[in-house]
Amino acid sequence: MTLNTSRRGFLKGAAAASAVLLVGARPDGALAGGASQGAKLNPFVKINADGMVTAIVKHFEKGQGPATGLTTLIAEELGVSMEDIAYEFAPSDPGTYNNLLFGPVQGTGGSTALANSYMQYRQAGAAAREMLIQAAAKEWGVKASTLDIVDGQVTDGTNQAPLAQFVAAASQLSAPENPRLKEPSEFRLIGNAKVQRKDTPPKINGTAKYAMDLHLDNQMVAVILRSPRKGALVTGFNDADATGIKGYIRSAVLPNKAGVAVYAEHTWAAFQAREALSVEWDNSNAEMRSSDQIREQLIAAVNADPTYELTETSAAKAQLSMDGAATVLEETFYFPLLAHAPMEPLTCTIEAAAEGGVILHDGCQFPTVPHGALSQILGLPMDKVQINTMFAGGSFGRRATPVADYQVEAALAFALTDRSRPVKLVWSREDDITGGFYRPAVAHRVRVGLNADGDIMGWDHRIAAQSIMKGTPFEAMAVHNGVDHSSVEGVTQSPYVIPQQHIGLTDVAPATTVLWWRSVGHTHTAYVMESMMDAAAKAAGRDPVEFRLSYLTGDGADQKRMADVLKLAAEKGNWGAAPEGRDQGIAVHKSFNSYVAEVVEISRDEDDYVKVEKVTCAVDCGVAVNPDVIKAQMEGGIGYGIGHVMRDEITLTEGVVDQSNFPDYEPMRIGDIGAIDVHIVASNEAPTGVGEPGTPPSAPALANAIAVSGPRVTALPMINNGVDFV
Amino acid sequence: MTLNLKLNGQTHQVEAEPGTPLLWVIRDELKLTGTKFGCGVASCGACTVHLDGEPVRSCQTFIEDVEDAEVTTIEVVDQNSVGAAVQAAWAELDVVQCGYCQSGQIMSAIGLLTENSKPTLEEIDDYMSGNACRCATYQRIRAAIVLASEKLEA
Ligand code: FES
Ligand code: FES
Repeated sequence: MTLNTSRRGFLKGAAAASAVLLVGARPDGALAGGASQGAKLNPFVKINADGMVTAIVKHFEKGQGPATGLTTLIAEELGVSMEDIAYEFAPSDPGTYNNLLFGPVQGTGGSTALANSYMQYRQAGAAAREMLIQAAAKEWGVKASTLDIVDGQVTDGTNQAPLAQFVAAASQLSAPENPRLKEPSEFRLIGNAKVQRKDTPPKINGTAKYAMDLHLDNQMVAVILRSPRKGALVTGFNDADATGIKGYIRSAVLPNKAGVAVYAEHTWAAFQAREALSVEWDNSNAEMRSSDQIREQLIAAVNADPTYELTETSAAKAQLSMDGAATVLEETFYFPLLAHAPMEPLTCTIEAAAEGGVILHDGCQFPTVPHGALSQILGLPMDKVQINTMFAGGSFGRRATPVADYQVEAALAFALTDRSRPVKLVWSREDDITGGFYRPAVAHRVRVGLNADGDIMGWDHRIAAQSIMKGTPFEAMAVHNGVDHSSVEGVTQSPYVIPQQHIGLTDVAPATTVLWWRSVGHTHTAYVMESMMDAAAKAAGRDPVEFRLSYLTGDGADQKRMADVLKLAAEKGNWGAAPEGRDQGIAVHKSFNSYVAEVVEISRDEDDYVKVEKVTCAVDCGVAVNPDVIKAQMEGGIGYGIGHVMRDEITLTEGVVDQSNFPDYEPMRIGDIGAIDVHIVASNEAPTGVGEPGTPPSAPALANAIAVSGPRVTALPMINNGVDFV
Repeated sequence: MTLNLKLNGQTHQVEAEPGTPLLWVIRDELKLTGTKFGCGVASCGACTVHLDGEPVRSCQTFIEDVEDAEVTTIEVVDQNSVGAAVQAAWAELDVVQCGYCQSGQIMSAIGLLTENSKPTLEEIDDYMSGNACRCATYQRIRAAIVLASEKLEA
């Protein structure tokens, strides 16, 4: 390679101001950058001529911290401080920005952001570092091995120069194939508890822009009047009462007849006009079932033979092994539908762009799905659809649907206009609570036989659920031999080594749309597994921690990591030594390849009202990239889990959702939960998920604390099943 | 109708029909989007602003009722010492997750510390109970209010 080493030459030859060092990856995964970048490279890291470093974050930021995490990985390997690196969200490009754990799909979910990006972003940072060092070595006439980048300066230990000086030359080099990554002992930022969130400053002064905050010139606001029943179709509407509302523009039936789009100049006019609209529905194909019927169906299913057998051990064999058991415990569990209710109601905006294209502005969780949907609905080639990812005000799963539900609504509403004005689709909280895509309702029935020594002899476990994945584009990936893995995960693949365990599954057709909800199947499987382990320990007269540990013996890493977090939580939570007047419950669960144990401590007042006083949590998530973000995720995951089992459920009466807004879908409040104390297990294993794994053990740990001097709660929410909270 | 709205130290002429929530005038007309829409029914606190220094839910405060009042939003709260202390504490403890509720949390926390500079944990829970956080950042909110109170005392 010939290289012009004179800086003057560069200033003359290439416009220095436009020199940018990009490092990304080709679709085959190989690093690309500088001279090897090809015509169009969407990078992971970008260094401008002035030395400004930007991490291009392929995951959206809904609060779980990937903007900080991915930026940390680049900064660590490149050698810049967290203050000297900016970040921006990646455009939609599944070739470059796919989630390496999802296949050719760009998306965030399943607690995978750090896990799939860990090596990729470190390599990109390391490659950029090597290119800059190589350029500097050439210019200084020294060996590259004598140079380093520290705090954004190239240095030989004595002399130093800013990155800006070498960007132009580095951008003429090819990206190294295998850049050297730092050893854990060299980390300054990874694992550093003092690293702060990159997104804090704009989120405390009102400047952070969420999709809800977008105001494009000349935009219209659209709200949709949807059928209260799934499957009902619009047959006509009358907007006579809306026409007098200032700012109301017009209404139009969506082409799929699922609702009426109401257009207005601003949000309040749109909400008011929608209230004033009257619509007729054809209910002949509408869902008319009530949640009571769904519940009966689910309970009947767990009392019958399962459709799918998941274990070699048959039900008969599990039953047989319980013959002669000293004790047989039997419990039936019911989990209601739940809404995600992210704090920012769903919204997105579509505007026309140059050359007939469009831009979707969205807190976009799964860019690949709406990208395809918009292309199809709007009749545009894929490269004419751009996605601008903005901050998302929470998701908990809701912003990622296999059908891009709200982006499709926006596209349909946009397609009904002449496309000259941007259309901002806005959901109200009522739209959100009643809008479907719920955590499915699920039932479990479990029989556990114990011998006279209190050892498990057999375990018969039947699950009936509304499948999340069947009938979606994700079916091929998540459903095998008829079994939707997300219905049973957490009962299957539990690290517990349980003798003679039978697991069976039956599907029940959903009466509404269902969706993954923070921790997916683990929301109910952890509750059942850990309630039954607790009940069994109690029946055996054994300590719940010791009892669990006796099913986590052996040398398997799975068992050992689970046992270690259990022991750590017990130790830090003063297990067995609750202060006077308090009861403790414990639970441990593995999900998204992370292990989390929690001790919940409750008090009861004179009227027996329960208060969650304290939660102690131990987590093993491999390398802790941003320890404080991990702690925050455990805190939030615990609150989300406990908040919902306390008070929340979605119910249907003849197909219509009974709840509508926060007063009747009550969010956890600050007084509902006391201190949360999180401990992270030191580890050099690859990083695993943290957004979801804090949630699964929280609810059963609470249930187990309640069961110490109260009932064992087997149907949720707790307030409807015999427990009152302060 | 045309009204005069005193907001963040300036008087704005705004066009709004009676019955329009202050929230939508702030967000859609004045395009100050730090004040958030979360529920519209005064049950989440995301839309909290100050009316003559007192926190109110702007989604249930009607435009015709605020003509003589001084409205303050998250965008300018760093201009007084309590606001600055609260924001500094929020930054130090990295309270935010998704962040969508946090403008409202901060506006309420300022209201609390303005009337009670050394609240107990129970007083904090009580005062802040109208501000929901779906990300459940509650223990950091509590800790940040304590920290801000210490900062103000120092
Ligand atoms: S939006 Fe006003 S309290 Fe929720
Ligand atoms: S930080 Fe997300 S709702 Fe509070």
